[in-house]
Amino acid sequence: MGKKSLSTEELVPLYKKMLEIRTLELLIKPLIREGLMRGFSHQSVGQEGVAVGVCSALSDRDYITSNHRGHGHVVAKGADLKRVMAELLGRATGCCGGKGGSMHIADPSLGILGANGIVGAGMPIAVGAALAVKKQGLDSVVACFFGDGAANEGSFHESLNLAAVWRLPVLFICENNLYGMSGPAKKMLPIKDIAIRAKGYGMPGIIGDGNDIEEVHKLTAEAIARAKSGRGPSLLEFKTYRWFGHSVNDAEAYRTREEVEEWKKLCPIHRLRDKLLTRGITQETIEHVESEANAAVEEALEYAKSSPKPEPEAAFRDVYA
Amino acid sequence: MTMMTQLEAIRCGLSEEMRRDSSVFIIGEDVGLYGGVFGLTGPIWKEFGDDRVMDTPISELTIVGAGVGAAMLGLRPVVEIMFMDFITLAMDPIVNQAAKLRYMTGGKVKVPMVIRMLSGGGLSVSAQHSQSIEAWFAHIPGLKVVAPATAYDGKGLIKSAIRDDNTVIFIEHKLLYKTSDEVPDDDYTVPIGKADIKRVGKDISLITYSGMLPKALAAAHELSEEGIELEVIDLRTLRPLDSATIMESVRRTGKAIVLHEAPLSVGIGAEVSALIMEGAFDYLDAPVVRIAGKEVPSPYNDTLEAQIIPTVEQIVTAARKLRNGM
Ligand SMILES: Cc1ncc(C[n+]2csc(CCOP(=O)(O)OP(=O)(O)O)c2C)c(N)n1
Ligand SMILES: [Mg+2]
Repeated sequence: MGKKSLSTEELVPLYKKMLEIRTLELLIKPLIREGLMRGFSHQSVGQEGVAVGVCSALSDRDYITSNHRGHGHVVAKGADLKRVMAELLGRATGCCGGKGGSMHIADPSLGILGANGIVGAGMPIAVGAALAVKKQGLDSVVACFFGDGAANEGSFHESLNLAAVWRLPVLFICENNLYGMSGPAKKMLPIKDIAIRAKGYGMPGIIGDGNDIEEVHKLTAEAIARAKSGRGPSLLEFKTYRWFGHSVNDAEAYRTREEVEEWKKLCPIHRLRDKLLTRGITQETIEHVESEANAAVEEALEYAKSSPKPEPEAAFRDVYA
Repeated sequence: MTMMTQLEAIRCGLSEEMRRDSSVFIIGEDVGLYGGVFGLTGPIWKEFGDDRVMDTPISELTIVGAGVGAAMLGLRPVVEIMFMDFITLAMDPIVNQAAKLRYMTGGKVKVPMVIRMLSGGGLSVSAQHSQSIEAWFAHIPGLKVVAPATAYDGKGLIKSAIRDDNTVIFIEHKLLYKTSDEVPDDDYTVPIGKADIKRVGKDISLITYSGMLPKALAAAHELSEEGIELEVIDLRTLRPLDSATIMESVRRTGKAIVLHEAPLSVGIGAEVSALIMEGAFDYLDAPVVRIAGKEVPSPYNDTLEAQIIPTVEQIVTAARKLRNGM
C-alpha cells in the first residue's frame, strides 16, 4: 500500500517515469509521419502527473483499466517500454503481438487490464475486477482511468452506483482535461467539478491538481487505504490538460492558443523538477535521470524497429469461436 | 452534373434536406465546430449553426434515444454515431424502441429518424473501430438499412432516408468517402429497397454492397479481359432486400457470388444466398459462392488486417473457378 507522502528520493524515479512517457509521446507524430505507426493514437502530453502519481501509489498486486489515451497509464503501471513501443509499431514483440495497437495496450501480468477504444468501457470492467478481488479475498485495488467526456456515458453512472452498493475496492480516476474530443467540459457538463457526482453515489468525491504529482499520489494513497479497509470506492477528479490535439489530426478550433500556453506553464514535469532542485537534488542528478529516460525510450524504439512483424498466421490465432 | 466525393455528396444531400425541411436536424458527438471525425458535418454546422447541428456529450444511448423521442413528436433527427462500433451502446433505442413503436402502437406512432455511422476496416484502427455489423440491424423487422457505395447513391439515399417516415440505419464506409463520381445538381432521390446493377455482364452475378463495390468492379474489369463478364449488383439497401433484381440477374447468368467485408457467418451473404436458393434454384449451374471477411476481430498490424478483408484477387480466382465449373 502506497505511503501517503513520498520522500524527495522517492520522487526521483517518478520524475524519470514522467519523462519516459513524455519522450515516448513526442515520438508518436514523427512515427506516424514516417509510416511506422498507423491507426489512431492519442497522446497524453501534459497529463503525465496523473498517470505516474496514481500508479506510484499502486502496488504490483493492484490493477488498472485505461482508456484511448492510455500510453501514460500503462507505462506508469510498469509496462515494458520496449514492448509498448513494439506494439505501437505493430510488431510481433509488442505486448499484444501487434494486434492491438495504440488503443489496446494490455499486460494482465502487470495488472494492466487494458487500454480501450470505447469511451467509458473501462469502468464496468474495473467494477468486475474489483468484485473478483473481493470474492477472492485479494489484497488489491482496481484503479480505473477515464476522462471528463466519459463521465457522461451511462457506464460511469452505473459503475459508480454498483461499486458503491457492493463496497468494491475501485478508484475511479477522472482525468478532467477540460475537453472530450472537442466537446468542452464547460458545455457538456452542467457542473464544474465532476467529483460532486460522487455524492449521488454515496462515495467520497475528491478533487486534486493533476499536474502536482505529490498531491495525486497522496490523494490516491488515501483512497487506496479506504478501499483496502473495506470502505469502498472513491471518485478522484484530477484537473489537468492535454497539450496536443485529441489525436494526431485535430485542428483544435475549439480552444485558443493562449489557453494551451497557460496550461503549459503548469507542466507537471517542470513542476516536479523545480521541487526536486529546491529540495536538494543536484542539477547533475536531474540531468542524469533525463538522459537515462531518453536512452530508455531510444532503446525501446530501436528494439521496436528491429523487431519482426507478426507472421501471417497470427491474424487467426486467439479467436475461440 | 458535378464530380464529387461520396463525403461531399452525403454532406450535400444533408444540407439540401435541411434547407427544404426545418424539422431536420443533426445530433451527435463533435459534429459542430469540430466538424465530424472526417469533416463531413463541419460546413453544415457553418450554414445552420448550433440549433440544427447539435453537439452532444458522449452519451450514445441517450443521443439515439433522444432521437426516437424527438422523432415521435414530428422532428426528423439525423443522429451521427461516428464509428459503427459505438452503436453497440445504443442498441435498445434502436432495436426495442425505434424498430417496434410503429407496430406496437397499432400504427399510431412514427419514428422518422436516420442514424448515420461508419463501417469498415482498412485504416489500421483495430478491433473496436473497424467493424461491419450491418447484419445485426438487417435482422430486425421494422428497421431499414442502407449502405451506399457511390457519391450518387450517397446523396440520393440520404435524402430518401430523411424523407422516410421510419427509422433508417445509414451506413457509410470509411474508405468510400474519398471515392468520386458524377452527382446531379438538381434534387433527386435514390429509392430505399432498390438494388442497382453497376456493371452489366452475362456470365456471373456478383452481388455486393458498400466498401466492396470498388473491388467488385476492379475484379470485373480484370476478368473481362479474359472473357468472363461479371454482372455487378450493388444492393444499396440491405433491408428490405431487392430480391427481384437479384433473381432476375441470377436467372440470366446461372451463377452467383455474394461478396461482403463483414464476416461470413450469419452475414448478409447467407441471406442473399438463401434467397437465390429459394427463387432461382432451377437456374443455377453451380452452388452460390460467398466471399467475406475472415472470422476474426480486426488486427492492428496492416499486413495482418489486409489478410482478413476480401481482395480483388480472391474475387477473380473465385469467378474463374465458377466459370470453369470447378
Ligand atoms: C463509446 C465511444 N464514443 C465515442 C468515441 C469517440 N471518442 C474517442 S475519445 C473521445 C473523447 C473522450 O473524451 P474524454 O473521456 O474526456 O478523454 P480525453 O480524450 O480527453 O482523454 C471520443 C468522443 C469512442 N471511442 N467511444
Ligand atoms: Mg477529456
